[in-house]
Amino acid sequence: MQTQPDLIAEARRQAEICNACRYCEGYCSVFPALHAERAFSDGDITQLANLCHNCRGCYYACQYTAPHEFDLNLPRALAEVRQDSWKALAWPRGFAALFDRAGVAIAAGLVLGFAVLFALAQAVRPTGGEGFYAYMSHGLMVAIFTPAFLLPLAALAVSLRGYWRTVEGGALRLSDIAAACRSAGRMKNLDGGHGDGCNFEDEDRFTHARRHFHQATLYGFLLCFASTSSGTILHYGFGLEAPYAWYSLPKLLGVPGGILLCLGTGGLAWLKTKADPDLGARAAWGGEMAFVLLLFAVGASGLILYAATGLAAVGWLLPLHLGTVLTLFLLTPYSKMAHGFYRMAALTRDAARKREAAA
Amino acid sequence: MTTDPDIVVIGGGNAALCAAIEAAEAGARVRILEAAPKPYRGGNSRHTRNFRCMHHGPLGPLVDSYTEEEYFADLMKVTGGETDEDLARLAIRASEDCLPWMESHGVRFQPSLSGTLSLARTNAFFLGGGKGLVNAYYRTAEALGVEVLYEAEVTHLEREDDRITWLDYTHEGQSHRLSPKSVVVAAGGFQADTDWLARAWGPAAKNFLIRGTPYNRGVVLADLLDQGVEQVGDPTQCHAVAIDGRAPKFDGGIVTRLDCVPFSIVVNKEAERFYDEGEDVWPKRYAIWGRLVAAQPDQVGYVIIDSKSLKLFMPSVFPPIEADTLEELAGKMGLPPDKLRATVEGFNAACGDTSGFHPTELDGVATTGLTPPKTNWARPINQPPFYGYSLRTGVTFTYLGLKVDARAQCTAGNRPVSNLWAAGETMAGSILGQGYLAGFGMTIGTVFGRIAGKEAAAHANAT
Repeated sequence: MQTQPDLIAEARRQAEICNACRYCEGYCSVFPALHAERAFSDGDITQLANLCHNCRGCYYACQYTAPHEFDLNLPRALAEVRQDSWKALAWPRGFAALFDRAGVAIAAGLVLGFAVLFALAQAVRPTGGEGFYAYMSHGLMVAIFTPAFLLPLAALAVSLRGYWRTVEGGALRLSDIAAACRSAGRMKNLDGGHGDGCNFEDEDRFTHARRHFHQATLYGFLLCFASTSSGTILHYGFGLEAPYAWYSLPKLLGVPGGILLCLGTGGLAWLKTKADPDLGARAAWGGEMAFVLLLFAVGASGLILYAATGLAAVGWLLPLHLGTVLTLFLLTPYSKMAHGFYRMAALTRDAARKREAAA
Repeated sequence: MTTDPDIVVIGGGNAALCAAIEAAEAGARVRILEAAPKPYRGGNSRHTRNFRCMHHGPLGPLVDSYTEEEYFADLMKVTGGETDEDLARLAIRASEDCLPWMESHGVRFQPSLSGTLSLARTNAFFLGGGKGLVNAYYRTAEALGVEVLYEAEVTHLEREDDRITWLDYTHEGQSHRLSPKSVVVAAGGFQADTDWLARAWGPAAKNFLIRGTPYNRGVVLADLLDQGVEQVGDPTQCHAVAIDGRAPKFDGGIVTRLDCVPFSIVVNKEAERFYDEGEDVWPKRYAIWGRLVAAQPDQVGYVIIDSKSLKLFMPSVFPPIEADTLEELAGKMGLPPDKLRATVEGFNAACGDTSGFHPTELDGVATTGLTPPKTNWARPINQPPFYGYSLRTGVTFTYLGLKVDARAQCTAGNRPVSNLWAAGETMAGSILGQGYLAGFGMTIGTVFGRIAGKEAAAHANAT
């Protein structure tokens, strides 16, 4: 299913060396999974690649990195297979190329999203409505965002089904999904196994910087999502319409969520400028950075929009914020955002492997 | 580099770093002169994986207990009694305190690796292996103000009576001379100088592979021995194992080892067996096979197994040579086909009841009437496909070195050299006369590195 079989072959060559060494067994989930096999199918390599969190502990501890003739760089080999597997599994197929142009796609999405939403807001400006709804009606927002949210999720579902087949996942078990959630929730795979954190921004120094910034990003995003969901419930379930007061559920979730998202993504972008790009998929660097900045823009524009309540600037801040959200949603299956879904699938698959091995 | 250091540590592996850290913590200004470039820093330590440690009750990753007497008995078994008892016991006793010291200086441990459960009680495994340990120690040393120079090759130490008066090293194309108050030599053995090996072993040594760093050429060792600093050990003795014959000449490390010998027959280039492959479990026998192979024509051996044994041992880095018939396998490996068939058939005929076969225990499934016998795990080799690996002698480190006392101090003419200490592989021959016990090299390096660092600092601080 790969688009570039040589990437799999290189990762396999490296995995076979790792399997004869095993010194890195305690760092993360990749190595116990790797050491459980004697030979690696394409599906095995794809699973290992999506299990890898790019913590780089194995690279800096490796006795076989260049200039050694074995030339190991497992974080990069797996990052390249991982990126390639997302492209190969993208659906509809035609959109796979977006992965290679994530930076351009994000920029274009932002400009177009802002322009279209701004034009719509101007063209069909509601006569009534309070707060945001004075600029854009609730009905129009729903008409745009419901498909923009659901269609990418449906496309991702098709891709994840393909992933599950590739890695020979069996029947889904709730306990495996719960195990995956626990791992991702704590970012267990970025704690280094010893609890000192991972390598990233300063060669072999272990810190929690990347783990904590990622946590802030993840939980910030989930809080923002919960904020929007709570608004929807208040609207449809209780007939309570926006704007909501600062002590309402959407604001109590959304404001800390936005702040966390900004801190987390800001930190991740800064770390990324410090880290060695040769330990990741080099060609994906720009797209990943653009994605992190897009998430930052989502959080920041949301907070600014709230701060601008009642000002005329809302007239363009609202389409700007909604434009960032629209871009994020639409590109979810074809950008770094997809990694969260594949990672959850890989962690679930790994939980099943451990369960089967223990049985 | 504005001020000259109080102490120069020669070498950049485990023993050197332990010495540098102890000396820096005692307040001395320390400079490490590491001959290797930064990516290859750490000598053989970067290839190590564990530390053999005495302990009373669970300690760190170690389970149960491992007493001084048991540890010492294990050592006596593998060295055939060729052990300095006082120094060995000192290393064993001190090892228990070393493990928490290692942790507090950045080393992290992990549970015994998959495939090494037999060592869970005796050997503490480094998370990430020896390079992880080396990285942690460099971070700790640099935080203590230790100055580290890479590609800094020491060319000469000048001895006058009972002290080292100055030393020369080259760095970035220039020669430098220093007169430190104390010097610690922790620069390993001489195994990477294959000419020196050949002088001791004869031309056969040219066929040896060096499992670790190409930078341990024994330059400092030879320089000191030439000046009458007391020597210990036999130049032909070393820690040598049988490894995959396709391994690189240097630095192949752990992945080139082969664990399949107990399930195989091993033949020489004449397709003749030469030793009991099933004498004991592999972790207790791997260290004798280097010498066994070295004694065969062209210093090469060939392991032959069949398909039923393929999954009984850890995979190694190179895939086995595979063939459907013994003749085809012999052809691919350059062995006389008829002779190989005859040897295998003779072996198969000597195999008896194999129902008690147990791959991880001494199962007593032995041959009868065969010379040499195979005393465990003897199952006929008769299920194609057949698999083969070539074996060569892989030298880890040599035992000829500097003789030290319990304070890690060197001597010359029966008098201590007042400002010269040695630690690690360069003095391991003071303890090990022959044979090797897994994880003991790191014990010697850690214990004597720490002693040398403290003694060197005490001397420097007093002068």
